Amino acid sequence: MDWERILTNVAGEVFAPTTAAYALAAIGLNIHFGLTGLLNFGQAGFMLLGAYGFAISTIAGYPVWAAVLVALACSAIFALILGIPTLKLRGDYLAIVTIAAAEIVRIIGRSTALTDVTGASSGLRGDSYKETFTALSPFGDGSTTLGPFTYSNSSSNSWWIRVVGWVLVAIACVLVWRLLNSPWGRVLKGIREDEDAVRSLGKNVYSYKMQALVLGGAIGSLAGIVYVLPRAVQPDSMGRPMTFWVWTILLLGGAATVFGPVLGSMVFWAALMLIKTVGREVIPTTVMSSAQIEQFGQIVVGVTLMLLVIFRPQGMLGDKKELAINVR
Amino acid sequence: MSAETTALAGVEHRPGAPKPDPILVADGVVRRFGGMTAVDVDHLEVQRGAITALIGPNGAGKTTLFNLLTGFDQPQEGRWSFEGRSLGGVSAARVSRSGMVRTFQLTKALSRMTVMENMRLGARDQPGENILAALVPPVWRSRERAITGKAEHLLERFKLLDKKDDFAGSLSGGQRKLLEMARALMSDPTMVMLDEPMAGVNPALTQSLLGHIQSLRDEGTTVLFVEHDMHMVRHISDWVAVMAEGRLVAEGPPTTVMADPAVVDAYLGAHHDTDLGDDSLLDDEYTHQLEAEERAEDERKDHR
Amino acid sequence: MRNRPAAIPRTRTSAFRPPPRRGLRGLVLAAVGLLTVLVTAAPAGATTQECTPGAENGCIGGTLRTSAGEPAVGVALEATGPGETAETTSGDDGRWSISVSEPGDWTVTLDEATLPDGETLRDPAANPRTVTVTLGSTSAALFPLGEPAPAAPADEPTSDVDAGGDAAPGAGGDEPGLDTAVPGSASGGGFTWARFAQQATAGLVFGTLLALASVGLSLIFGTTGLSNFSHGELVTLGGISAYVFTQVVGLPLVVSAVLAVVVGGAAGLLQDVGIWRPLRRRRIGLTQQLIVTIGLAITMQYLYQFFLGGNSLRIVRTNPSTVNLGSVFITQQSLWSLLIGVVVLGGVSYFLIATRTGRATRAVSDNPALAAASGIDVDRIIRLVWVAGAALAALGGVLMGLYLNATAWNMGTTLLLLMFAAVTLGGLGTAFGALAGSIVIGLVVELSNLVIPSDMRYAGALVILILVLLLRPQGILGRAERVG
Repeated sequence: MDWERILTNVAGEVFAPTTAAYALAAIGLNIHFGLTGLLNFGQAGFMLLGAYGFAISTIAGYPVWAAVLVALACSAIFALILGIPTLKLRGDYLAIVTIAAAEIVRIIGRSTALTDVTGASSGLRGDSYKETFTALSPFGDGSTTLGPFTYSNSSSNSWWIRVVGWVLVAIACVLVWRLLNSPWGRVLKGIREDEDAVRSLGKNVYSYKMQALVLGGAIGSLAGIVYVLPRAVQPDSMGRPMTFWVWTILLLGGAATVFGPVLGSMVFWAALMLIKTVGREVIPTTVMSSAQIEQFGQIVVGVTLMLLVIFRPQGMLGDKKELAINVR
Repeated sequence: MSAETTALAGVEHRPGAPKPDPILVADGVVRRFGGMTAVDVDHLEVQRGAITALIGPNGAGKTTLFNLLTGFDQPQEGRWSFEGRSLGGVSAARVSRSGMVRTFQLTKALSRMTVMENMRLGARDQPGENILAALVPPVWRSRERAITGKAEHLLERFKLLDKKDDFAGSLSGGQRKLLEMARALMSDPTMVMLDEPMAGVNPALTQSLLGHIQSLRDEGTTVLFVEHDMHMVRHISDWVAVMAEGRLVAEGPPTTVMADPAVVDAYLGAHHDTDLGDDSLLDDEYTHQLEAEERAEDERKDHR
Repeated sequence: MRNRPAAIPRTRTSAFRPPPRRGLRGLVLAAVGLLTVLVTAAPAGATTQECTPGAENGCIGGTLRTSAGEPAVGVALEATGPGETAETTSGDDGRWSISVSEPGDWTVTLDEATLPDGETLRDPAANPRTVTVTLGSTSAALFPLGEPAPAAPADEPTSDVDAGGDAAPGAGGDEPGLDTAVPGSASGGGFTWARFAQQATAGLVFGTLLALASVGLSLIFGTTGLSNFSHGELVTLGGISAYVFTQVVGLPLVVSAVLAVVVGGAAGLLQDVGIWRPLRRRRIGLTQQLIVTIGLAITMQYLYQFFLGGNSLRIVRTNPSTVNLGSVFITQQSLWSLLIGVVVLGGVSYFLIATRTGRATRAVSDNPALAAASGIDVDRIIRLVWVAGAALAALGGVLMGLYLNATAWNMGTTLLLLMFAAVTLGGLGTAFGALAGSIVIGLVVELSNLVIPSDMRYAGALVILILVLLLRPQGILGRAERVG
């Protein structure tokens, strides 16, 4: 067995753009669920809207900064439309509404009626919108090898997208850390515990929940951009499974912690890669085809999610006493 | 007796009696759940700077009235004002900001936050509660220090200072009641509404709690509380309002109101073979009452 | 616990602003209902050397993309069909197409040696692959590139590829069998009363089957308070069990269907005994349990895929024969499904209304604490609800598989939100509400075909779900207030 190759693959996954994207998405979800107790099961919808907003406006000729603003605006509007009526509803109703809203975004995006705009189910090709982003890269053409890792400097699955992705993750972490330890974060935690109590102390609970929903959604839309830059915008790859993976990552790392989402994403993707590569090396294809190894990885994800929630809801980094689960 | 008792000396002993200096005035407040009328109060005035007790048998609508007055529930009809400002349709948070802060029958200590964080949450005017200001600590640090100082002072008074870094969930039931009250005081309210402050508090703490409520009054805060412990009602209240079946049936000073035939009727209707002020009854009754009101509360929420 | 219906409902649509000209064109086309045109219209930026299907020929085509989404240029492909062989290479945009003059099954082989450096087929087993060509249309032959990972939904094989048309079998990605035309459900064309009748019939059948699947979801919510996100997998279990029994074991359909229902009931029992009762004992919160159902859903979906693969599975291989009722066509399978559904739902209603256990079930659903106090064995009722609910879901899955002409690992999860819509519409936790809600949702899904593109019809049902939660969270049959 080629352990060097396997370990290289796994280590590469730890800082891959996808890992950064999921870490960002989980940070956004952490603001919703970990800090405020909102059951958002539509995080993939925020990501897909961010991806569409960025890609479609870039194709329409907008520069990068404007396209990112469009993406953020899309997610903010989505959060408002979702939040205005639903933040007064019971927690599990919010769960059903968000999951349905994210599905609606996906169904509309993949509809043949919008083929000219969204490319329907085949989506928008990566090279149709990543030019402007690549052009911003200070790294130039060609590719660079650092240790065992070789990636192109600027285009597609590049060092450039890695740098940008992880810088965004770092900024988001600082933001969450700052907010978590501020009076604003204290009000959110109070809402997570008992919103009536917070209301009785004169805080506008609805407004705080909305701020949390918009902020977490905006970070989700940035995650969507990072996610699609090395590939294409495909609505079907950004459906419910994506949301559930983000949840698994958040609960794995630890909700209501600063680094939980980041650690969760790294461990999640590294573990999946380990299962896949080791599985392919060790298990003869007569026993398990490569497709089945992939599915086996997903089965492990599902079982992990169940076991985590039951036996270690605080995740790897969370404080058992302050675990964020069991909100109403 | 206090000055407030003197101020109330000339007030008629009848439901809806006008007070010399009312801080809270309610008119025609009606709340129905389906076909049942839970609250139907024609007129109620609460005297500023006094301790007013709201009593009544099970299901009399006391907690519902509390919820209505504090914006946690909306009535079908009626209007009420606090310090001359109308509060009809005003959100719970605004009611609180206007200076009328409540506690809950079932304590709502935020159990997975520390005692100190609970206290800080009760404070007002913390610029750091704005999301943008929160990002710039220098903007809110000095205010935070002031809040913390105040919180420590209050916690000391309520004998909770050595618990300040514990999670609120680890406190005893009585301590949580104290914490909730202390938290409500963080905003220097003009009026506090206490929903059964004695329920579940161990007798050793009762005396100090009574002392706290009286000193509140002495510092100029108006107190309205719901209570079942008749001894407590007699001991500290300046004025008593009695509710039965959603209506206000009697008002008067604690010494005389118990003799009011309407009150006797109200209680007789509910517990015909017991004597008011019998402690054994009250313990038992408390349990029933709690269950009944909890159910009513759940129903209310379920069918909102 | 605040469910005060508030504020103004807003129709949920995507919030982004598409470039106006193109968007308008798309919308106009949609409004006119020229679906057939849309379906065959090439996507934006269609290129030169593309084969145009005509009366004399058909096309096979696709687009090749590297795993990073770049076009794969210069890849050689060969198509072998009835008496003919044709070759091509992919163009600068990764597109390729082959014109053939004979209809029938063609075998398309991709020369892996010509792939760009470092690229592999994601599913090497699918090369060569067979496509069915009909004259006058384009058939897609899809060769996704990348890490071998054929069926993971995050990397839909179809999604990397611009098919030259929409003729790819089961190109629905996340919704196999459900995006393809439902038998008896006409798509395309404007509004006519005949079409209305056709769609209404389809909606009625669909609604009845949905009701079978939803009753359990509703009762489980009523008795335990749990929003079961893995209920769809019980529906799937029914469908694929029937497939296994007919196609793998070789039993007759009726026997297979009965066995599938038994398997479903057993799965319900197993779940309650193995997972949910212990969780209730441990006093695990409902939010936690909800997330556990999601984990269970993921686990079950991929277990199905692990054993049966990611493709559509046909419970019956023969093509269904249709029956004419006036102007309405309905397949025999649908008719039987409808009949069985109605009979079973009638039985369930009788059980709930007329039997002692049924009344106890409704009592628990109404108020578990009160029911327990009046001497009902709540745990026994909950187990019964799990077994019966799962068995009904499995039956729904079998019939749905017959009605849609195929089942797949994700049939249930696709239906899950529709089931939630139905249950919420009828009033969470009430069995009869779920029946009424399901019929309404079934009709909405099928009738919305008349006004919006058929691939958006589920969105309509979900919009209703959201509106109901906002305006009337207690559902159409629930009471707004109860005397306390």
